[in-house]
Amino acid sequence: MVLDAKIPKGPLAEKWSKYKASQNLVNPANKRKLDIIVVGTGLAGASAAASFGELGFNVKAFCYQDSPRRAHSIAAQGGINAAKNYPNDGDTVYRLFYDTIKGGDYRSREANVYRLAEVSNSIIDQCVAQGVPFAREYGGLLDNRSFGGALVSRTFYARGQTGQQLLLGAYGALNRQIKAGKVKMYTRSEMMDVVLVDGRARGIVTRNMVTGAVESHFGHAVVLATGGYGNVFFLSTNAMGSNVSAAWKAYKRGALFANPCYVQIHPTCIPVHGEFQSKLTLMSESLRNDGRIWVPKKKEDAAAIREGRLKGSEIKEDDRDYYLERRYPAFGNLVPRDVASRAAKERCDAGFGVGKTGLAVFLDFKDSINRLGEDAIRARYGNLFQMYEKITDHNPYKTPMMIYPAIHYTMGGIWVDYELQTTIKGLFAAGEANFSDHGANRLGASALMQGLADGYFVLPYTIQNYLADQINVPRIPTDHPAFKQAEEDVKAFINRLKSVNGKQSVDHFHKILGHYVWDFIGMARDKQGLESVIGKIRALKAEFWKDVRIPGEVKGLNTELEKANRVADFFELAELMAHDALEREESCGGHFRTEFQTPEGEAKRDDANFMYVAAWEYKGDNQTPQVHKEPLNYEYIEVKARNYK
Amino acid sequence: MANINVKLKIWRQKNEKDAGKFDVYDLKGVSTDSSFLEMMDVLNEQIIQGGGEPVAFDHDCREGICGACSMFINGRAHGPDTAVTTCQLHMRSFSDGETITVEPWRSSGFPVIKDLMVDRAAFDQILQEGGFVSINTGGVPDANAIPIPKDDADASFDAATCIGCGACVATCKNGSAMLFVSAKVSQLALLPQGRVEASRRAKAMVAKMDELGFGSCTNTGACEVECPKEISIANIARLNREFLGANIKS
Ligand SMILES: Cc1cc2nc3c(=O)[nH]c(=O)nc-3n(C[C@H](O)[C@H](O)[C@H](O)COP(=O)(O)OP(=O)(O)OC[C@H]3O[C@@H](n4cnc5c(N)ncnc54)[C@H](O)[C@@H]3O)c2cc1C
Ligand code: SF4
Ligand code: FES
Repeated sequence: MVLDAKIPKGPLAEKWSKYKASQNLVNPANKRKLDIIVVGTGLAGASAAASFGELGFNVKAFCYQDSPRRAHSIAAQGGINAAKNYPNDGDTVYRLFYDTIKGGDYRSREANVYRLAEVSNSIIDQCVAQGVPFAREYGGLLDNRSFGGALVSRTFYARGQTGQQLLLGAYGALNRQIKAGKVKMYTRSEMMDVVLVDGRARGIVTRNMVTGAVESHFGHAVVLATGGYGNVFFLSTNAMGSNVSAAWKAYKRGALFANPCYVQIHPTCIPVHGEFQSKLTLMSESLRNDGRIWVPKKKEDAAAIREGRLKGSEIKEDDRDYYLERRYPAFGNLVPRDVASRAAKERCDAGFGVGKTGLAVFLDFKDSINRLGEDAIRARYGNLFQMYEKITDHNPYKTPMMIYPAIHYTMGGIWVDYELQTTIKGLFAAGEANFSDHGANRLGASALMQGLADGYFVLPYTIQNYLADQINVPRIPTDHPAFKQAEEDVKAFINRLKSVNGKQSVDHFHKILGHYVWDFIGMARDKQGLESVIGKIRALKAEFWKDVRIPGEVKGLNTELEKANRVADFFELAELMAHDALEREESCGGHFRTEFQTPEGEAKRDDANFMYVAAWEYKGDNQTPQVHKEPLNYEYIEVKARNYK
Repeated sequence: MANINVKLKIWRQKNEKDAGKFDVYDLKGVSTDSSFLEMMDVLNEQIIQGGGEPVAFDHDCREGICGACSMFINGRAHGPDTAVTTCQLHMRSFSDGETITVEPWRSSGFPVIKDLMVDRAAFDQILQEGGFVSINTGGVPDANAIPIPKDDADASFDAATCIGCGACVATCKNGSAMLFVSAKVSQLALLPQGRVEASRRAKAMVAKMDELGFGSCTNTGACEVECPKEISIANIARLNREFLGANIKS
C-alpha cells in the first residue's frame, strides 16, 4: 500500500487557497440529496455537523453523552492559539506554523500544519461572532496569554474554561441546525461499527444506550470525530467515557492507525492519591505563566516533606531547585509538555520528589502573588485554584500546589490525508481522533484550534471534493446485506461479552491494563519492556474474555456493558502502541526510548531513519500488524535538534 | 485522610416505568480523600462482586464542568458542600457512621431513565429554540472589530458558565427552569453579537420551557443557592426584562 497524502502542489503558503480554488463543489440542489454522518459532537464534530447543515447537507450526528454539550472538549481549560498578533509581539502565520512543527519534534506534515496556522485567525473571529465570552482588556479588546513552546502571547482564553465556552458556541450552532431540521441528533448512542459498501464508507451501526437497540444509519460519507484514546491508561485527564472504540472499529475495517505511540503526558496534573482514584485532574498549563516549578535542592528536605515533618513553604529560597529555569533558561517554566514532564520524572526518580508518594513537584505562585497581588491571580486562575482546593483540601494561595505528569492527549490517531480522508474512501476523521498536525508532541492550546479548524474550515471544503461525484448515488436502505451483516456482528460481539459471565468487573481489568501501559508505554520506554508488555497485554486480554462479569441485560441501559465494549478495544490498542513504540528506534516528542538520549538526557531523534509517519494496518486478532511508512519531507523548515535552552 | 464507614440509602429504579424503591448498602473503609463518585465506584464494585447490578448514574468529566453528574444527596442537589457538582463533592464532607440518602433529580421535566440517571433532553430542546447567535460559519467580522466593555464581557462569562446540570430545576419546588434559561439569555444579551436577537430569543426559549412542562418561577431563590456554578438570580430579572420587551414589541 502506498500512502498518498494528496498534498497540493505549489508554494506552502498557497497550497490551501489553490486547493480551494480548484476543488470540486456540490451545488445547492444536490446538497439536499446527500447525507453525512458525523460521529462525535465535541469541538470537531459539532463544528463540522453545524457547518455541513448550514451548507445544506443532511446530517445525522451521534454522541454517547445525553447532550452534545457534555463532550470531553468541555473540560479544556487554558486556551486556543491563533496567529492574530494582537499584542504586536511578532507573531505571524509562519511563526505559529514553525512553533507547531518544532513543538511536534519534526514529525508532522508541513502542508497540514501550515493550513492549520492559516485558518487559526478565522476561528477566533467565528467564535466571537457566536457570542463566546473570551477574556478582554479594559479597552474592550481581546486579551492573550502565553503557553508552552512559544515566545509570543497568542493564546485566547475564557478564564480557565476555554473549552467549555468554545464547545457551547459550537453546540449553539449545532442546535440552530437541529431546529432548522438540517441535523438530526442522536444522543446516548454509541457507534459500534462502520459499514462499507463496495469499499466505501456508507454508514454506521449504533447501540442505543437507553434501549439497547442495535440500529443502522446510512450516509454518503462518514466523519469520525470521536476524540482521543488516553483512557487506555485507565487513569487520565480524559472524561470517563472517552474511548478508542469508534476509531478502532474503523481500523479493523481497514483504516490505517498512525503513530499510536505518540501520547502526551501533561506535566501539571494533581498527583494520584489512592487506589480508588477514578480519574486525574489537569491543572492548566496556563498556570506555568505565573507559577514556578521546583523541588528541594536537598534530599533530606524532600524526605522531610514526604513524611510531613516540613512544609514546602518552609523551604528557604536558596534550598529550592527551580529545575526548569536551571536547565532551560530561555523557555524556563514554559518549555513544551514532553520536556517538562520528563524533567519532573527525572527529579522524582532521583529522590527529590515531594508529596506522600514522592511522585510530585511544587508549582508555586508565591512570587506572582507578591508581584501582582492575590486578586490578580484569582482573576486569572480562580476556578482552577478552587478546583485544586476542593480535591486536595489545600489552599494554593497559601501553600504551593503539588503536581505530577499524567496522560492527557493522544497525538496518534486514524491516518488521514490532506483532505482528512482516511484510507477508506468516504470515511473522514477530525479532531483528536485523527493523527494530523501535532507530530510527536502537541503544544498547548492547539488541540482546540485543530478541532475547530477541521470542523469549521477544512472539512466543509474537502468533503465536498469527495461528495461531488456521489450526487447520483441513491440512499442505500439499511436492510442492505452489508448493514444486516454489520448488525449481526455487533449483536454477536455484545452477546459474547455478556456470556463470559466470569467473576471480575470490567474496571478490574482496565486498572491492570492501565498500569502496564503507564509502566511500559508511558514516559520512558525501552526495547525489553516493550517486548515483554505485548505478552502481558495478550494474557490479560485472554483473562478478560474468560473472567469478566457483566451484570444486567443486553437490552436496556447497561453501564458495565458499555465499559466492557470500550475496554475490549483498549487491550488491542495497547498492543498496537507497544508495536509502534518498538518499531520507532529513536526518541522524539512524547516518545522517549531510554536507549536513545543525549548525554544531558534529552530526546535523540534519528531523522535519517525515522522521519516518517508510521501507519498501521490491521492483520487479524493477535496478529502482528503491518506498518506502512509515509515519509515526511521538510521543504520550508530546516530540521534541527529541538532546543529550548 | 481517614477512613469512614457509611450506610447508603440509594434510589433503585429499573426503568422509566418501574415504581422504584430505596435499597440500603453498608460501605466500609471509605477514604475521606475520595470523591463521592469514587465512593459510588467502590460501592458498585462491591455490588458486582456480590452478584448484583451496579447503580446507574450519569457522569463523565468528573471535574465539575460537563454537567452530567446529578445526584440529590441528603435532600440537596449535589449534596452538602456549596458551589460544587456531585463529582467534586468529597467524602470529607461526611462523618463516620452517617446514613447518606441518594436520589435522582425529581422533576416532571426530567423523567428517570434508570436508578439515579434522568433524561434532561428538555434542556437541549429549550436551547434549540434560540440559545445561539444566528450566523453561519465564515464571513464574520474581525474578532476585535467590536470592542466590548470588560465588565459586560465578564458578566456575560459569568452567565455562560452554566453547565446545564439541572440542579436548579431539581431544587425548585415549582420545577422551574428559569435560572438555566436566564443564564443563556443573559450571556447573549450582554454581548453586542447576541443583543440583536435578544428579545426574540427570550420569548422563544420561555415558550418552549412552558410547553415542556417546567413550572413557573415564584422567586424563591432556591435555585441560586444550589447552583454549582453560582449563577445569580439577577439573570432571571434580566430575562424578564427581555421577555417583557419582546411582548411589548409583538
Ligand atoms: C483536562 C483537559 C484540558 C485541556 N485543555 C486544553 C486547552 O486548554 N487547549 C487545547 O487546545 N486543548 C486542550 N485539551 C485537549 C482538547 O480538549 C481535546 O483534544 C479536544 O477537545 C478534543 O476534541 P474532539 O472534538 O476531537 O473530541 P471530544 O471533545 O473528545 O469529543 C468526542 C465526541 O465523540 C463522541 N464519541 C466518542 N466515542 C463515541 C462512540 N463510540 N460513539 C458515538 N460517539 C462517540 C463523544 O460523545 C463526543 O461527542 C485539554 C484536554 C483535557 C483532557
Ligand atoms: S443554572 Fe446552575 S443549577 Fe441550573 S443548570 Fe445551570 S449550572 Fe446547573
Ligand atoms: S461528571 Fe462532569 S460535572 Fe460532574
